[in-house]
Parts: sequence; C-alpha cells; structure tokens
Amino acid sequence: MAEPTVPILTIRDVSKTYTAQGRRTEALRGASLTVQRGEFVCLLGASGCGKSTLLRIAAGFEAPSSGQALMWDKPIAGPAPSRGMVFQDYGLFPWLSVRDNIGFGPKSRGRPAAEVRDTARRYIDLVGLGRFADAYPHQLSGGMKQRVAIARVLANEAEMVLMDEPFGALDAMTRERLQDELLDLWARTGLTVLFVTHAIEEAIFLADRIVMMSPGPGRIEAVHTVDLPRRRDVSSPAFNDLRRMLSAQLHSHHAPKAA
Amino acid sequence: MEGAALPAALPTAVPASGQSPRPDAPLRSLLDRLRGPALALVVPLATLALWHFATANRPYSLVPPPAEVWLALRDMAFGGINDDAFSATLWAHLWASLSRVYGGFALAAAAALPIGLMIGRVPLVRALLDPVLQILRPIPVTAWLPLAMILFGLGATSAFFLVFLGAFYPILVNTVFGVRSVEPRLFEAAAMLGCTGPAQFLRVVLPAALPSIFTGLRLGLGFAWVVIVVGEMTGVQTGLGAVIMEARQLSRTEIVICGMGVIGIAGFVSDWIVMRIGRRLLSWSPSHG
Repeated sequence: MAEPTVPILTIRDVSKTYTAQGRRTEALRGASLTVQRGEFVCLLGASGCGKSTLLRIAAGFEAPSSGQALMWDKPIAGPAPSRGMVFQDYGLFPWLSVRDNIGFGPKSRGRPAAEVRDTARRYIDLVGLGRFADAYPHQLSGGMKQRVAIARVLANEAEMVLMDEPFGALDAMTRERLQDELLDLWARTGLTVLFVTHAIEEAIFLADRIVMMSPGPGRIEAVHTVDLPRRRDVSSPAFNDLRRMLSAQLHSHHAPKAA
Repeated sequence: MEGAALPAALPTAVPASGQSPRPDAPLRSLLDRLRGPALALVVPLATLALWHFATANRPYSLVPPPAEVWLALRDMAFGGINDDAFSATLWAHLWASLSRVYGGFALAAAAALPIGLMIGRVPLVRALLDPVLQILRPIPVTAWLPLAMILFGLGATSAFFLVFLGAFYPILVNTVFGVRSVEPRLFEAAAMLGCTGPAQFLRVVLPAALPSIFTGLRLGLGFAWVVIVVGEMTGVQTGLGAVIMEARQLSRTEIVICGMGVIGIAGFVSDWIVMRIGRRLLSWSPSHG
C-alpha cells in the first residue's frame, strides 16, 4: 500500500527445472526474495546452489518454471536495459573500442550521436579509463575489462545491476580494488546491486544482506543482514565472527548426511 | 696482412650478434628488411635461369625461352613488335576478365552474405536451405559448365555464371561458420543493453562473424580467378582464358605463357587488396590486424 515499500525486485516461490537429453535437473526450488531499491544483496553459496540461475531469472535470460519474478511489481518478460548484467567473462564486444562498448547501450536505444559520445565520455572517466578510451578489449587487463563492463551497464541507465561472480577471474589485489570502486559507485549513484559470489569474505565486505543458498536442489537457506559499518575492516573481530558463522553454515550444507 | 685484419673485424662481429646495436644499426635493419624479399626471389630467379638454359637456342623446344615470352608480353601490351592478331590486345582481355571476376564475385557476395547470416541465425531458414545447399555443394563448378552453356548459350553469361557459383559457396560456408561460432554471451550482452531481434544482425552477428566472412571472401575471389579461365574457354571472344585457348590452337605457346602469367599477377594483386581491406577492418582482432 505505502509507496516506498514496493520492492524493485520480487522473487516469489520461483522454481527452475532444466530438461537436457531426457534428464530433468532441478536447479532452483521455491525461492522467494525481495530486494528494495538501493540495496546491495549478495547471493552466496557453493556451485550448484542455483545462485546463477536465480540471477539469470532476475535478468530475464531465463523464465521461471513456476513462480513469479517481478520488477516494480511487473513481470520480468526478458532482458532489459533497466537490469544490467555484468558477467564473469566480461561479455565485451571485441570489435568495439572501450568508448564504443560503453556507448553500445545508448546507441542501441536510439540516442543521438552527440549524447552517446558525451555519455560514453562521462562513464569512461567514472571508471578511470580515460587513457584507454580507444583501446580494444583484447588490449586490456581483466580488471580494466570488468570496469568497462560495469561502465557499460551504468551508461545505459540501469536501475539494478546484476553481477555474476564479476571478480572471480581477477587476481586478489585487483579484486580488492574493484570491490572498493564498486562500493564507491554504489554509494554515489544509489544503485541496486544483486551480486553472486561463492566467497564468504567478499559477501560480508560488500552486502547489506547475504542470501545463503544451498545445493541439491538449489534453494534459499537463510538471509543474513550485515550491519557492520562501512568501509568494513576485514580483520575486525565482528567481521571474523560473522565469517566463522557463515562458514559453518555453508559447510553444514555440504555434508548434511553426516550430521 | 690477413692476420692483422682479423682482430679489427672481431669487435664489429660482437654487436652483430645482437648485443649492442650501435654503429651499424641502420645498415643492419636495412639488411633485415631486405631479407624477406631477397629470399622470396631465390626460387623464381632459379626457375627462370633453369628455364632459360633448358630452352634458349633450341629451335625444336616445345617451350619458348623466357626472352621470347617477355617479347610477346610487351607486344600484347603495347604492340609494335609482331603486329599480329594478339598485338596490343592485353588490356581489353584483362578488362574483360576483371569485370567478369569482380562482377560475379560481387553478385556472389551480395547473395551469399545475407543467406549465410540467415542460415546461421534463423533455424527455419537453416532447415529450409541447408540440406539443398549441402547436396548442391559437392558438384564441381566445372560440372555446371555444360548446363550453363545450354541455359545461357556460348558466351560471357556462362563465364559470369560460373564465377558466381565458384565464389558463392566459399563465402556462404564461411559466413555460416562465422555466425554459428559467435559467442552466445555476446547476444545476452546485447539483449540486456537493449539491442534485440533483427537489430542484432547488424550490431552483433555481422561484426562478430567478420573475420570468418573475410576468409570466405578471400577464398571466393581465389575461386573466381580459377573458374573464369574455364568459363572463358567456351567460345568467348575476349578474356584471358579465351586468349590462352586461342593461342593454344595456333600453337603460340609464348602467348599461352603470357596469359598464365597475367592471370597469376592479377589474382595475386586482387588477393592482396582484399587482405589489406580485411586487416584494416579487423584491426580489433588479436589474430588479425
């Protein structure tokens, strides 16, 4: 009823079953989740827990087998610029320069050339790639590619950014820098972020809420609110208490039969 | 004297092995750059020499010596030497062949590109066309020649048709391959950025498949040059293939060799042009450019 409580994303009792070569695989069972505007939510779990499936349903790349996926209370019918996706393997267009990759979205949506150029310029600067505006993706490091992928989604006026283990292929130093940069962008722009990871520390460092998922079939196990003040100190006792607790919970899912 | 010269030569031999390229660096880089062309000339020059010594001053040789071929080529190009039916006709024949090669090639590209994009991307089109094309493809272009002569008569149209066929399949096959091997991720990326449906053809499929398409265009143009000669051997008045056939009937072997050489050079130049264009357009690709 009240205006501010309409969630940007609603996942209502969503299940997903794949059929390949006559075999049915239940990737996700009965998942429900709401995300409010401006929240940073991490989906955390081991492989096979359905976290990527849930993200792809939110993106509109997959349709739920049953249940509903809604954005602003309207059914998600397919991929759309309002829900930008950042892939682990970047998904940049190799034939376009950094500038044109970032301008791809606005250009596709029929914005005038001058506006596309200005928008690209602004977001190139936002992610600090000014010197590489004319470089092609194969000339960039992994960290720079992922900055382009993030800028490309922001330049397209995404309200919600869906990130599928975006820093999983990067080295530790680059990952930490990009985590900081992402939080900085999030704080400045008021974005909503849905972020898939299998790294507990990454989830605690980034998220307002952590959605714990477990495999066989994939489902949501628990949701934890992280109320540590930002910027979070990974070596603080509170951080470590939370890490220990989540770790124990994550590992208990791995060996449920032994318990 | 020799013993004294040896130590003086040694210090220059050290930078030559790549340690500190200072005094003779410009000379060395020039030599390095000339190395490729020099090596490329070894075999042709050796062949030319062998040809010369095997044929010169032998009146009953079936193959004329290189000097005679060179003379015939100059006469074909500019006239004034033999003043016969072949004098100063080279440019007309070259132009006839060029226009057929590029005309047929352009038509083949114009047909094969859209069909290839559709076969690669639209399942219905693939189901409709792919089986038919797969059955027609193993038929050699030369086997189409009699049918072409029945359909189009003796003349330039048959040659044009054969060039079209010869260039069509390599372009088509490589376009389909290029389209089918576009990373699925790129379609997802385009879709979430707001580029969906037919717009993806121009903004994703075509550029992503371009390296493969260029391979097809190069192969197609190569086949066009192969086929044009066969096509022009069937009662066409002009064209390099026609000249070769006519010269053979008149036992003018030097003209036959001239025609072959000109075809070789023309084919090489046109491949070089396509390759240069490809390099410019594919400068983004780590395996091209």
